[in-house]
Amino acid sequence: MELIEKLRILADAAKYDASCASSGTEKRTSLGKADGVGSSEGMGICHAYAPDGRCISLLKILLTNSCIFDCLYCINRRSSNVQRARFTVDEIVTLTLGFYRRNCIEGLFLSSGIIRDPDYTMEQVVRVARTLRETHGFRGYIHLKTIPDADPALLAEAGRYADRLSINVELPSESSLSRLAPEKNAGSIRRSMGRLRARIDESRAERRAPRFAPAGQSTQVIVGADATPDGAILRMSANLYGSYGLRRVYYSAFSPIPEASSALPPMRAPLLREHRLYQADWLMRFYGFEITELAANSDAMLDLDTDPKLAWALANRHRFPVDVNRATREELLRVPGFGTKAVDRILASRRFRSLRMGDLGRLRIPLNKVTPFVVTPDHRPRNLDREGLAARLAPSPVQGSLFG
Amino acid sequence: MRAVTLAHETDWQGWRRATRALVLAEVAADQIIWSVGGENDLLAESAAFADAAGTFNVPRAVVELSETAIQAREPERFAWLYRLVLRAHRGERHLLDDAADPEVQRVQRLAQAVRRDTHKMRAFLRFRTVQEDGAQRYVAWFEPSHFIVEANAPFFVRRFATMTWSILTPYRSAHWNGTELSFGPGAQPADVPDDDALEAYWRAYFSSIFNPARLKVGAMQSEMPKKYWRNLPEAVAIPDLIRSASGRTEQMLEQDMRPPKAMPLAPLRARAAQAGTEAKGSPLAELAERAAECRNCPLWEPATQVVFGEGPGGARLMLIGEQPGDQEDLVGRPFVGPAGQLLDRALEEAEIDRQTVYVTNAVKHFKFVPRGKRRIHAKPDTVEIVACSPWLNAERETVKPGLLVLLGATAARAVLGRAVTISRERGERITMPGGQAAFVTVHPSFLLRLPDEESKSREYRAFVADLRRAASIIAEIDAAA
Repeated sequence: MELIEKLRILADAAKYDASCASSGTEKRTSLGKADGVGSSEGMGICHAYAPDGRCISLLKILLTNSCIFDCLYCINRRSSNVQRARFTVDEIVTLTLGFYRRNCIEGLFLSSGIIRDPDYTMEQVVRVARTLRETHGFRGYIHLKTIPDADPALLAEAGRYADRLSINVELPSESSLSRLAPEKNAGSIRRSMGRLRARIDESRAERRAPRFAPAGQSTQVIVGADATPDGAILRMSANLYGSYGLRRVYYSAFSPIPEASSALPPMRAPLLREHRLYQADWLMRFYGFEITELAANSDAMLDLDTDPKLAWALANRHRFPVDVNRATREELLRVPGFGTKAVDRILASRRFRSLRMGDLGRLRIPLNKVTPFVVTPDHRPRNLDREGLAARLAPSPVQGSLFG
Repeated sequence: MRAVTLAHETDWQGWRRATRALVLAEVAADQIIWSVGGENDLLAESAAFADAAGTFNVPRAVVELSETAIQAREPERFAWLYRLVLRAHRGERHLLDDAADPEVQRVQRLAQAVRRDTHKMRAFLRFRTVQEDGAQRYVAWFEPSHFIVEANAPFFVRRFATMTWSILTPYRSAHWNGTELSFGPGAQPADVPDDDALEAYWRAYFSSIFNPARLKVGAMQSEMPKKYWRNLPEAVAIPDLIRSASGRTEQMLEQDMRPPKAMPLAPLRARAAQAGTEAKGSPLAELAERAAECRNCPLWEPATQVVFGEGPGGARLMLIGEQPGDQEDLVGRPFVGPAGQLLDRALEEAEIDRQTVYVTNAVKHFKFVPRGKRRIHAKPDTVEIVACSPWLNAERETVKPGLLVLLGATAARAVLGRAVTISRERGERITMPGGQAAFVTVHPSFLLRLPDEESKSREYRAFVADLRRAASIIAEIDAAA
């Protein structure tokens, strides 16, 4: 098979993984180095955007799409009729370096179907990273998908070469996992994440400890392939962030795949639901929201029509209006339309002046969103208790997806 | 009126020199006319302002902002920046903190545009290769919106230091020969080779990584505006990808759903959970394996794993704690975290070899509340202690220790079946119904929580003394037997 054909197949097979981040790793430069290539400066770079709006930062491919597992939601499962291909280690190395030198990518995100057994597969994946780093002096970004159950020694080696490691929890509940991915085991996924965190912590705490995944670990969960409600998904995320120090939990709306199994829901999950989960996730991590404020219990669903911050504000009108010139940081963060950066700017500039609505406009804050919730010397909202506020603030219907 | 002619669009040094002289002379901003020399000559100098006598300090943030904003394609930028420096010089040292100040704001906006353009150049510039004197040279054509080539070139040096390359733009070119960075005049798109062998591969990748079921053209274009498309090799694929997306998705949805095939499970060897120091297949290892699947109470769900006891099957001493903590939960072994390390030290001081002791907990899953990036320990309640007791009982029956050392109130409650005040009962040999000997002391985590060094070392000595006492009790028991 031609290399370009393999690339088509193995990129297509990798596209259901949402993560493409290349940020937050250690600094590396090629300046003053005799050989090798690449740098990393902390900030991720998206070298292109696909028409699905997703960032293309890394060469995201599978080593092979052959797999001994039969996870029903996965296009690469054993019982799928999809065309199979497998890269050699050298082919991946050549493509990665070739694209990198042309400034198409920040690095490589390598994953693989399980062939033979977890150790064999992990060993192949690690070999690619080792060849890039040790033979070619590659200083770009490497993200390796880790295979639960693989030998801890292979895991240690993976962490030495990779910037980021990830293990996908795949589904938000253990029972869904055993129903849809019978060979996967929630316990062993958790244990592997625990092991990764222990090693990441160790390498951060002690300078002499071996390098281990400086950009941390992340995971992905598929939303809408089972019946788990948003409240339970967010609780799972909160637990994962707290337990394993994850950099990110990626939510991936279940998307139709060719060769779908009839055990899956006949409908795709709306992309808007994925978006709402990301918003709620952000509010919990950066805006000081408690999970119960966004989703009262495990059975709760986020409102698709209203973003979770606005929904909270509408349900807690007694907490508004907020005085832009007096409110605490915590109070300002809860105003719909105020982002973390806007709040920082408000706090800095109100030491110099009493902020008016015009000032907020100049700070590029969306005034139509914030007016009902804030007080300034030249503005006092009148319609906070009026019926229909929600309808007025609701965005005109967005085309979240063409068929959802 | 004063006229300043800068040598070229990014004549930072010239602007700086002129600004220094004019600010020292207290010249108002509206009294200066800034312009850029016609020939756009990189090597020309704005001769009018030799280094002025006298110096003054401008806040570092203002200098940094100026260095960025001066790259903007905005004719008024020299005057706007001058105005900020003058104000800083006149005493407004923190003027940049006032983000609502219109004069600060217009400059911040320029800087923001420059930063975005800089970032997009790093992202969307593409090199093509040419063979030159038997070696490969990389050449790129890029059309920046602002005058960013000079300031941005060092980024490409750091990344591609071991290659030789040229970046060509309409107003300036940058060249790296492997050791030195130099700048030249602007160039034409035709100065870059037509094609590169790898571009077909890159287009193939770009087309395949796109998921037609998630078409979001607006999201793509807000990050990758059309003005960049003509220089991106992959962009020619975009119209077709958009056009065919809905058809491809419908096709997927209409395809007959395939019933799941009945297939045997893949031959995966199950990796046994770490079962302490006992060999696989021993009664304790089997017990640990069974416990790994325990669902007797809801604690299993958020936890990483069961943390079963660990130690030799015939241990004479069994140490029982409350529950595993954060570290124990991650690693799957009891007493490996801070409290475990303290216990190790105390055991060593009491001359007890941990390898000869069986160590376990009353509750085998970590109970916690997630709080941001941490987990806060939560005390197990009676329901959980009772739910977990079959495992502890099975451990006791299998190991048959001579003495149970109960660390803390939870362990004491779990084993003795009643509320225990540690301070009242510690250090005493307790004989339980059935003759089994038990012994109560503090949990090592209690020592970690003490506020001051004095009570810490006092309590630590008492703990070691308790452990010694436990060792002598077991010696007495064994001697009697």
